[in-house]
Amino acid sequence: MAEEEAKRGAGMSTLLKVNNLVKRFGGVTAVNDCSFEVQEGSITALIGPNGSGKTTAFNIITGYLKPDSGTIEFDGKLMAKPTPSSIYRAGLSRTFQQARIFPELTVLENLVISSSFGWKDLLGTRVTAADRKRGMQTLEEFRLDKLHDLRAKDLSYGQRKLLEFASVLMSDPKLVLLDEPTAGVNPVMIETMEKHIRDRNKAGVTFLVVEHDMQLVMRLCDPVIVLDHGSKIAEGMPEAIQSNPQVLEAYLGS
Amino acid sequence: MTRNGLIRAGLFFGVLIALPFFSTSQWLTNMFIFTLMYVALASSWNLIGGYAGYPSLGHAAFFGFGAYFTAIVFTDSVGYGWSPFLFLPVVGISAAIISIPIGYVAMKTRADVFAIVTITLLFMAQTLAFNMHKLTGGAQGKGIAVPSFDPATFGRPFYFGMLALAALAMGASMYFRQSKIGLSLSAIRSDEDKALGVGVQVNRVKVLGFAISVGITAMAGGVWAYYEGFVYPQFAVDPLITIGMVLMTFLGGRATLWGPVLGAFILVPAQQYLSYQLGANQFYLLAYAAIFLITMLVLPRGVIPTISDKIWLKKKQREAQA
Amino acid sequence: MHLVVQALILGILTGGVYALMASGQTLIFGIMKVINLAQGAYVILGAYLTMSLFQWTHIDPFLLILLTTPLLFVIGAATQWFLLRPLRPDDAVELSLLVTFAVALGLEGLMSVLYKTTLRSIQPGYENHSWTIAGYQINEVRFYAFLLSIAMLIILYLLLQKTKFGRAVRATVQNPMSAQLLGVNSKLVSAFGFGLGVATSAAAGAVFGLITPFNPGSHYDLISRLLTVVILGGLGSIGGSVIAAMVMGIGAALVSALSEPVWADFTFFAVLILVLLFRPQGMFGTKARGAL
Repeated sequence: MAEEEAKRGAGMSTLLKVNNLVKRFGGVTAVNDCSFEVQEGSITALIGPNGSGKTTAFNIITGYLKPDSGTIEFDGKLMAKPTPSSIYRAGLSRTFQQARIFPELTVLENLVISSSFGWKDLLGTRVTAADRKRGMQTLEEFRLDKLHDLRAKDLSYGQRKLLEFASVLMSDPKLVLLDEPTAGVNPVMIETMEKHIRDRNKAGVTFLVVEHDMQLVMRLCDPVIVLDHGSKIAEGMPEAIQSNPQVLEAYLGS
Repeated sequence: MTRNGLIRAGLFFGVLIALPFFSTSQWLTNMFIFTLMYVALASSWNLIGGYAGYPSLGHAAFFGFGAYFTAIVFTDSVGYGWSPFLFLPVVGISAAIISIPIGYVAMKTRADVFAIVTITLLFMAQTLAFNMHKLTGGAQGKGIAVPSFDPATFGRPFYFGMLALAALAMGASMYFRQSKIGLSLSAIRSDEDKALGVGVQVNRVKVLGFAISVGITAMAGGVWAYYEGFVYPQFAVDPLITIGMVLMTFLGGRATLWGPVLGAFILVPAQQYLSYQLGANQFYLLAYAAIFLITMLVLPRGVIPTISDKIWLKKKQREAQA
Repeated sequence: MHLVVQALILGILTGGVYALMASGQTLIFGIMKVINLAQGAYVILGAYLTMSLFQWTHIDPFLLILLTTPLLFVIGAATQWFLLRPLRPDDAVELSLLVTFAVALGLEGLMSVLYKTTLRSIQPGYENHSWTIAGYQINEVRFYAFLLSIAMLIILYLLLQKTKFGRAVRATVQNPMSAQLLGVNSKLVSAFGFGLGVATSAAAGAVFGLITPFNPGSHYDLISRLLTVVILGGLGSIGGSVIAAMVMGIGAALVSALSEPVWADFTFFAVLILVLLFRPQGMFGTKARGAL
């Protein structure tokens, strides 16, 4: 808690504020009076044992689920009824655990479709020269440029995750929610992901990452928010969390 | 458009434009009129059912709209005979405008519920056609004045009318593919929720596709009504028309440019042949249903994608061996 | 006022029949997430089968249901096994709908060939008989139909709540993957569930054939109404569809009595549009679709 106040004093502002979220599914309360904040410019981790409500919280924040109660503030504005499209327009993107890309579109088209375009562009060419330039630039950064013409469905799982990550950056979001970006991915790819997250973070993108890979979290993220049974039980620097008795009990106990 | 594509299209339309001047057989002209009509219908259905993945099972309602609109306006006189053709854009645009609120509401849901709404729409349209006697003539139907075309080449204007509509539909299909509209529709078809999350203008694009699809369908109905000379509700708002469009698109290949065209060229002559041989109308449904089921179980992607997949596979295999 | 109460009575009786038909549809959707567009066609098939059997044996149509129900169960299970099961999982969502549509067409085609398109009805002799109670007419057939619907719904309820098969079905509806992990044979559940859903059409068909003249094309009217009921009640909630059926039955009857019968059809359409505009999950459905 002291770290939070110190940061606030240093001029970092709160980009995302989750207030008292509650979500019940039948008899199960997946998210139980959950509140936390994400500071601008940080790479914040959201961890917790299975079933602690992390993905549900994500789904509520990004407008895929309606909460039973609670509010979400993003960039200083109250998000009254978040929908996937209003969230996108506000500058919030997310990736999915299963790496959702558009299988029938090519790798390049997956990027093109994720950048914003208006009515005039809609009626214009499928992939313009400007699209191609910007897209290939990003693909080169992610070393996917050689695959630009392949259908996304022909990529390997790790490549798909990378593609999904690259594509959510195309709209220049302020905050990116990453849902288990390294799950099921080989160690080399994990390093690649980590590098890209750091690079983009330096360029000004804030990240909220749900992760199970504790070593990655320790290296990359600061602060770390811990959920258990749908609410926040701890928050702080990685080292402090590691030795927090409540956290240990949540993971090992009951 | 690629050079090969242009050559293909050029040849296709070139042959079709020349055809009526090589043969004046009424039977052949008639068959081509219906084939081209279904090329237009299937290609326009493809815009919403294929590219967007929203299978409209009620498109015949708009076909009927076009048929009745034309019939009502031209019931007494068709001037020199060209007026109904010139009137078509009015028919098409009216249908498209009407379809906007309908499409907006119907597509608030997903593909499966959308299909239901369109079936209900068709049924409502049929009920309206049968019951609004003053407007549609009810079960007695509505007649259109007969044009004073030369009896020897009577079918020709209608042939060219349908050819124009076929070209329009295929043109729209091409345009969709090459613009961001097609890109958006493909994303919507694959994963609509994800598309929403990356800012795709889902509603706009769906409604646009629906409106254009409906407009062309209505115009086809107009030409058909004029050709038949009389509009009966059970034939103008006939589920068989929708089924034909859907089946031809599926058979040839959804979300492709030539798929619906191939489907039409296979099934319309087959249908004419069968009705000639068997004479009975009831077998249509059974035959359609059987072809439908076989297509979905054996060739779920349709003829053209299946063939192009095989070619692509062989190419990859040859590359791997080299 | 008399008219209104009479319409109310008619509506309740009809609502019961819709409830029976809708429950089969909802069951199928709950298990397989497939909207069975052939449900109406199966009802008409049930009507024709009952008619033919009645003409042949002169056994009361309500008793013939004992024969037609197992028959339709088998037909339904076979449809699922041979036509829906082979679909690849990726295509299944898109194609199941169209496959059931094709089945509906095939059934309509088959029945057109066998029975032609003239309107038929089942006439056991008492179909026009009504009792008059307190000045109101209660049609005998519709009354029996109502009782039958209630009886079958109770049987369905008991089946789902008290039997091993029922538990397997409910588990599959709630969470197909967990159910499979717990040993539920999802293939059999799907086939049996579909069969059960279609089996309700046997009774519904017999009743339909007694109440209204029908021909093979009648399934469009039926499926439109059924789907409105199912969506109003909330896809997947049998209780919801029963309530929705009663609401629609009464509503349509009132509209029919207070204006023209033909506008009763429009009631269904109007309700469908309103539901989709304001509450797409229906009265009792859950909202989350396609997100996770």
